[in-house]
Amino acid sequence: MSAHAHNDNDFLFKYIFSTDHKMIAKQFFLTGSIMGLVGMLMSTFFRLQLGYPGTSFPFLEAIMPNWAPDGVLSPDKYLALVTLHGTIMVFFLLTAGLSGTFSNLLIPLQLGARDMASGFMNMLSYWFFFLSSCVMMASLFVEGGPASGGWTIYPPLSALPEAIPGSGMGMTLWIVSMALFIVSSLLGSLNYIVTVFNLRTKGMTMTRMPLTIWAFLITAVLGVLSFPVLFSAVLLLFFDRSFGTSFYLSDIYIAGQALEVEGGSPILYEHLFWFLGHPEVYIILLPALGITSEVVATNSRKPIFGYRAMIGSILAIAFISFLVWGHHMFITGMNPFLGAVFTFTTLLVAIPSAVKVFNYLTTLWKGNIRFTTAMLFAIGLVSTFITGGLTGIILGDSALDINVHDTYFVVAHFHIVMGLSGTFGMISGIYHWFPKLFGRMMNKNLGYLHFWLTIVSAYGVFFPMHFLGLAGVPRRYYANTEFPIFDNLVDINELVTVFAILAAAAQGLFIFNVFYSIFFGPKAPQNPWKATTLEWTAPVEHLHGNWPGEIPEVHRWAYDYSKPGAEEDFIPQTVPLAEGEEDSSH
Amino acid sequence: MLNLLILIAIVVGIIAIGKVIRVMELSSSIKGENSWLASDKDHRTQSRLMLVFLFAYFIFIIWQIVEWGDEVLPVSASEHGVIIDNLMTTTWVIITPVFILTHILLFYFAWKYAYRSDRKATFFAHNNKLELLWTAVPAIVLLILILYGLSIWNETMEPLTAEDDPVEIELYARQFDWTARYPGEDKNFGDVSVRHIEGVNMLGMDSTDQNGWDDKYVKAEFYLPVDKPVQFYFRAQDVIHSAYMPHFRAQMNCVPGMVTRFNFVPTITTDEMKEITGDPEFEYYLLCNKICGAAHYNMKMVIKVVGEQEYNDWLNEQKVFLAVEGLQEEAPVETEMPSEESDSSNTEMDETELSAQL
Repeated sequence: MSAHAHNDNDFLFKYIFSTDHKMIAKQFFLTGSIMGLVGMLMSTFFRLQLGYPGTSFPFLEAIMPNWAPDGVLSPDKYLALVTLHGTIMVFFLLTAGLSGTFSNLLIPLQLGARDMASGFMNMLSYWFFFLSSCVMMASLFVEGGPASGGWTIYPPLSALPEAIPGSGMGMTLWIVSMALFIVSSLLGSLNYIVTVFNLRTKGMTMTRMPLTIWAFLITAVLGVLSFPVLFSAVLLLFFDRSFGTSFYLSDIYIAGQALEVEGGSPILYEHLFWFLGHPEVYIILLPALGITSEVVATNSRKPIFGYRAMIGSILAIAFISFLVWGHHMFITGMNPFLGAVFTFTTLLVAIPSAVKVFNYLTTLWKGNIRFTTAMLFAIGLVSTFITGGLTGIILGDSALDINVHDTYFVVAHFHIVMGLSGTFGMISGIYHWFPKLFGRMMNKNLGYLHFWLTIVSAYGVFFPMHFLGLAGVPRRYYANTEFPIFDNLVDINELVTVFAILAAAAQGLFIFNVFYSIFFGPKAPQNPWKATTLEWTAPVEHLHGNWPGEIPEVHRWAYDYSKPGAEEDFIPQTVPLAEGEEDSSH
Repeated sequence: MLNLLILIAIVVGIIAIGKVIRVMELSSSIKGENSWLASDKDHRTQSRLMLVFLFAYFIFIIWQIVEWGDEVLPVSASEHGVIIDNLMTTTWVIITPVFILTHILLFYFAWKYAYRSDRKATFFAHNNKLELLWTAVPAIVLLILILYGLSIWNETMEPLTAEDDPVEIELYARQFDWTARYPGEDKNFGDVSVRHIEGVNMLGMDSTDQNGWDDKYVKAEFYLPVDKPVQFYFRAQDVIHSAYMPHFRAQMNCVPGMVTRFNFVPTITTDEMKEITGDPEFEYYLLCNKICGAAHYNMKMVIKVVGEQEYNDWLNEQKVFLAVEGLQEEAPVETEMPSEESDSSNTEMDETELSAQL
């Protein structure tokens, strides 16, 4: 390889093995979005079966002849789709896609750093993610199909190839893919943490950082503390599957014979899994909330209300999130006393969450709200966060959970509070920072249409599910036709499916808008939203090192919008404090 | 051919949309506007849509309640179920106003404070009193809910004692059916192990354990006496299952390698429930509620809640373990074998103990 190979203009190193955080952010965005698209399509396929059980859809057979013979999805493959939909959406779209895109893009730019602490590690982080995505996708095509035991892959279902077709090669690939994913996540998270602590520009104290950075920082800490536990969980599972250990297995008779496994317990796996699984919810939510804080403040032309309370609530949520995993296990046979403890800690999460909601509302109050598409999605997020969060008070209460556990009520709850809030946050971020990512502006009218179709169809999909759940319909059922007690609920399922198709179609608008705007969108000005933060002081054209010449110095917090006495309705962080002016972050 | 035409139509459609957008953007740039910046008209439209959405959302929810309200939380047929439903109602009473209030504020503010070039936003960065207010109020309300919830949780999960004289039933789950086992006259379940599973002995009953000889097990449907406490034990053969009985507000996982428990007092018989629901075909169901494989969605058992007399009659009709086909002949032989064995082992024990003492 010649010395030229490391030249900036070299295609391979500029677009593929780039160590530039902005390029890596784009790579994460594109890969994550493609995965998200696949996950969304999967959900429409299994929604067709749920809405119209047993009805033949010839196009399903055309796409996947072995999965949907005669156009009807088979029960095994229904479970496969449900499992991969969950896995992809939770990990690939809303963990790697969300954090990978925005932590990478914004941490250096909003802090005034030339790049991440380790560009090389950052590149590795992306490529491990890419490999992990490939392995997960490859599992679709192996014998027996992909993992089919639900995204939580509880053993023994996931541990025994004879239990379900997907627990063969597909499950092995799932584990390999997650191992790669965890490596990616750890490389990324360590990098984010080190960058935030060490590479802030002059004047950028911790309490002058935008709330996005606080959210990304705490998210990274959560990831570093919880993903290794998932790693050990799946490693032990791997041993159980391949080397005959019995960490999770005991007293099992399957496929005509009693297995030689003794003394293990699936409950151990559940503890390990949810020790990641619950913080994972906040790994998804916190970046979305961070983005919302930024978008709401910028577009309300007002400082975010209660900056310090917002930081405090992020820290409180993160801390509590490690003490609540047992609320996923109230009825697993865990000691009821533990159930009581976890109910207590779980409901505490509602306090910092309430603080965040009321702070958002107060930020809007007496603002001067600009309805950019990003702002619409941020407002949408506040709505979904409230709607989904409130039902958490029901599910977190162990006594109430007995009856709604694993029903559609849970599906409604976590899709609204985590799925919708996470995606709304991510989409809001894309609309807001698109000019920073691609140097062009997205189309406004398509964006408006996209938002209204999305929020209407999203609630159309998930709100009726509360009713299904309260009527006792279990999740992960291939059809609700086998129980006469559910006969009156057929029209709910049909309605949900219709909205699901509409929701998927609406995302077509977004994808079109993204790709159209990357190539043909109007050129972006340097600071299109008149925002205060540092990323908008960097030139539109991407430079290696972000700023030509000196890195800007920071003199104030990130939220000096509509400050009395100022001429414009925003004062960038780089503007020195006027004489007698106080920094408002206190 | 048709597929190709559809593909071409989609491509042409996308190009057409792209062109329309291009034209719109060019025309607005001629007028000197930034096509990507929200205009005054956009602010008017979007802020009004916010209000429209608020009303539409509420109407949608009310419509759903009217339409499906009767289907949710069917009448509770157990003692603790009524108490749990009360807690549920209390929780709804607390969270619904919060939901309505915050949504009204959110969308009303969005409408009211839409951008106007002649106005400036109020610089209002924080207020300790307000922040304290919305930390303390949720904290107090949640504390009450937690205490209320925990008292009910403890009550529900309280194990039964011998004094309660419960009916004991073991529910056994496997891919993909349920079996219910009653302990028989001796009120003791026989030992079980996966090693004994063979042929018709699908529960893995240890035929040498006399406690199990009068055990009875049934498939497809099982009976419960009304108004008597029922102690359930749950086991699973292969993977995790979950025994879910929505009408009784009861659910517990069935985990291979362990025995889990739940108890409740059924209060409404199946016949009474037929009248309450107005459905002559009504049955209570036991569902599987933990993903367990292809037929997970169809793993069920009918639960009949009946008067005590009918329950006893039904139970008497059921065959005991020994009488189950296939075990009939070999079992009596075994009846003597184990006793001899245990006798001899006892003597051995005695001898060793004796020698040890000597």
